[in-house]
Amino acid sequence: MTKERILTDGMIAEIKAFFPRYPSLQAVTLPALHVVHDHLRHVPMQAVVEIAELLELAPAEVQDTLTFYGFFKQDAPHGRVRAWVCRSISCHLRGADELLEHMCHKAGVEPGDTTEDGKLTLEFGECLGACEHAPCMLANDDLHKSVTHEQANQFIESLE
Amino acid sequence: MTDFEPVLLANIDRDDSHTRAAYEATGGYQGLKKVLGGMTPDDVKKLVKSSGLRGRGGAGFPTGLKWTFLPKDHPGPIYFCLNADESEPGTFNNRILMEEDPHQVIEGLIISCFATAATTAYFYMRYEYPLAWKRVQQAVDECYEAGYLGEDILGSGYSLDIFLHRGAAAYICGEETGLIESLEGKRAWPRIKPPFPAVEGVFREPTVVNNVETAACVKHIADRGAEWFKSIGVRPDPDNPRDAGSYGPKLYCLSGHIEKPGCYEAPLGITVNELIDQYGGGIWKGRKAKCAIPGGISMGLLTADEFDCSLDFAGPGKYGCLGLGTAAVVVVDETVLMVDFLHNSSQFFAHESCGQCTPCREGTSWALKMMNRIKAGKGRLKDLDLLLEIGDNLGIIPGTTICGLADGAAWPLKNAIRKFRDEFEAYVKETNPDGYMETNPVPVLEIIGAH
Repeated sequence: MTKERILTDGMIAEIKAFFPRYPSLQAVTLPALHVVHDHLRHVPMQAVVEIAELLELAPAEVQDTLTFYGFFKQDAPHGRVRAWVCRSISCHLRGADELLEHMCHKAGVEPGDTTEDGKLTLEFGECLGACEHAPCMLANDDLHKSVTHEQANQFIESLE
Repeated sequence: MTDFEPVLLANIDRDDSHTRAAYEATGGYQGLKKVLGGMTPDDVKKLVKSSGLRGRGGAGFPTGLKWTFLPKDHPGPIYFCLNADESEPGTFNNRILMEEDPHQVIEGLIISCFATAATTAYFYMRYEYPLAWKRVQQAVDECYEAGYLGEDILGSGYSLDIFLHRGAAAYICGEETGLIESLEGKRAWPRIKPPFPAVEGVFREPTVVNNVETAACVKHIADRGAEWFKSIGVRPDPDNPRDAGSYGPKLYCLSGHIEKPGCYEAPLGITVNELIDQYGGGIWKGRKAKCAIPGGISMGLLTADEFDCSLDFAGPGKYGCLGLGTAAVVVVDETVLMVDFLHNSSQFFAHESCGQCTPCREGTSWALKMMNRIKAGKGRLKDLDLLLEIGDNLGIIPGTTICGLADGAAWPLKNAIRKFRDEFEAYVKETNPDGYMETNPVPVLEIIGAH
C-alpha cells in the first residue's frame, strides 16, 4: 500500500539545502524536522519516514531524535499560535503560575492543549531567557514582556 | 564601581547597534583585521591564554587552555561550536549580546576560529530566541557580503563558514557534549569524557565549544590586549594554587524581586549587595531579601546575610554554592516560602533531566514528587532527609552521572534544605500535623505535565 507523500517538493528542497553544511546526513535531522514543523505545525509519522528516506536513516533514528525534544508535535498540529508561558524561577517569582492559570481559564484549556477553534496552543515553557521582563510569554516569534492579566486577555481576544 | 565603563554592552543602546554599519562605525572588525594581518594562530592562542579569560558559559574553564588541547598540526577538519543554547533559569546575557550587538559575537567567533584553525563553525542557538536568530543570521549575511566570512577572508588565505543551527527547546543541549550529539542529529545525551571534544568532538573530529560571551571577550582582547583584560577583575587567591583568577568584565543578569531587573556589565568580583544596590535599585516594594541565586538556579542559594559574597569564579563556592555559573543573580524577597522555591527548582530539573543517567532521571523525578507532596500539606520530616540524600548523591562530584547538570539539580536541594531547615520543618509540621512523623511509605500525588 502506498501512502500519499506528505513532504512537498518545496519542503524537500528546503531540507536538501542543508546538506552541504554538514559532513553527515544525520546532522540534517533537526533542520529537517524544523522545516516540516514550520510548514505543518506538527511532524506526522509519515513525514518521519520520508525524512528518514532523504537522510538515508532508519525511521526509528529520526523518531528517536524527534521524541527526545518535547518541542515537536506529532499526533495533531498545534494551534495557529503556540504560546509558551515561562514558569521558571524569575517568572515564577513574579506571578507566572497565576498568569498561566488565568490564561488557561480564559482560553478554556488545560496547559498543553489547543483550543477547539485551533487558534491557540497554550503551554508552559522553561526559562525563556527574558527574566528581566518577568513574567514573560513567547507566542510564535513574539516575546510578550511583563505580561499583566489584562494584556493576556487582550492577547487571547486578538487571536485570529 | 559604578564608574566602570561597559565594554561588552557599550553600544547596545543605539537603535542600529545590530547592524554592520553601526558596528564598524565604533571600531568593529579592526581587531579581526589586526589578527589576520599579522598574527599567527599560535599568537592568538597565546594572547587569549595570557589574558586569563575563563569561559563564560558556566564552568569557568580557561579558554586559551581549552584551545591548546587540540591536537598539534592536525590535518583538519577542526570544528568550532558556539554555544548559544543559554537556558539556565535566570540567564539572558547571551540573548542581549546576540540581539543588540551580534557583530561583536561574530568577530570574536571568527578570531577564535582562526586561532584554533577551525574552518567550519556551527552557531547552535536555542529555539526560544527568534529575534536573536534573525539578527545573527542577518549579521552573518552581512559578513559574507563584506568578505569577513567565506573564502580567503580579507586576502589572508584563511577561510571560514558559519552556519546557524537551531535547537529544539532542550536545556541539556547547553552541555557541550549534549550540544555535539544534538548537532549530529541525535538525542542530546552528553558523552562520557574522555575523550574530550578537543580530541574527538562533533563528527568525531577535534572540536572547540565556547560560549557567546566568551567569544565577545575574545574580540575585545584582540582589540585591547591581554594586559587590559587582566587589569579588570580579581587576582588568583595566593592560598589556592588551583585558582586561575577571575579577570575581565562580566555580564550579570539580575532578576526576580528587584526594582530594576536587567543585564549589567561590571568587573568580575562585584558583590551581590553592590549589584543589587548600585545597579538593581534595591529589593522591590521596599521589602527585604530572603536569599538569592548567585549564578543560575544550578548554583544553589545565598542567604540574605551572605550577600557580601564576591561574584567571581571562586566567590560563591566559599558560601557552599556550586560556583559562579552564568552569573545570573535571582533575588528572592522575604515573602517567598522556601517550599515554593524548591518546588519550582525541582520541577525544572525533573522536566529537563535528559534521562540518560539513572541517578539524575530518578532523583530529579522523585525530588519533584516529594516536593509536590510537601507543598500539598502531606510532607513528612523524613522527606527532608530523603531530599538531602538525593542531593548528596547526584552528579559528577559524587561520581554518579555523566554530566554536570545533575550537580546543578542537586545544589538547590542541598543549599535550600541545609540553609533553611527550620523553615522546611515548620512548614511540614504546620501543614501536616497528623502525619509529619510518618516514616512508612506513602503514595505519590499525580503530576500534571505539558509541553
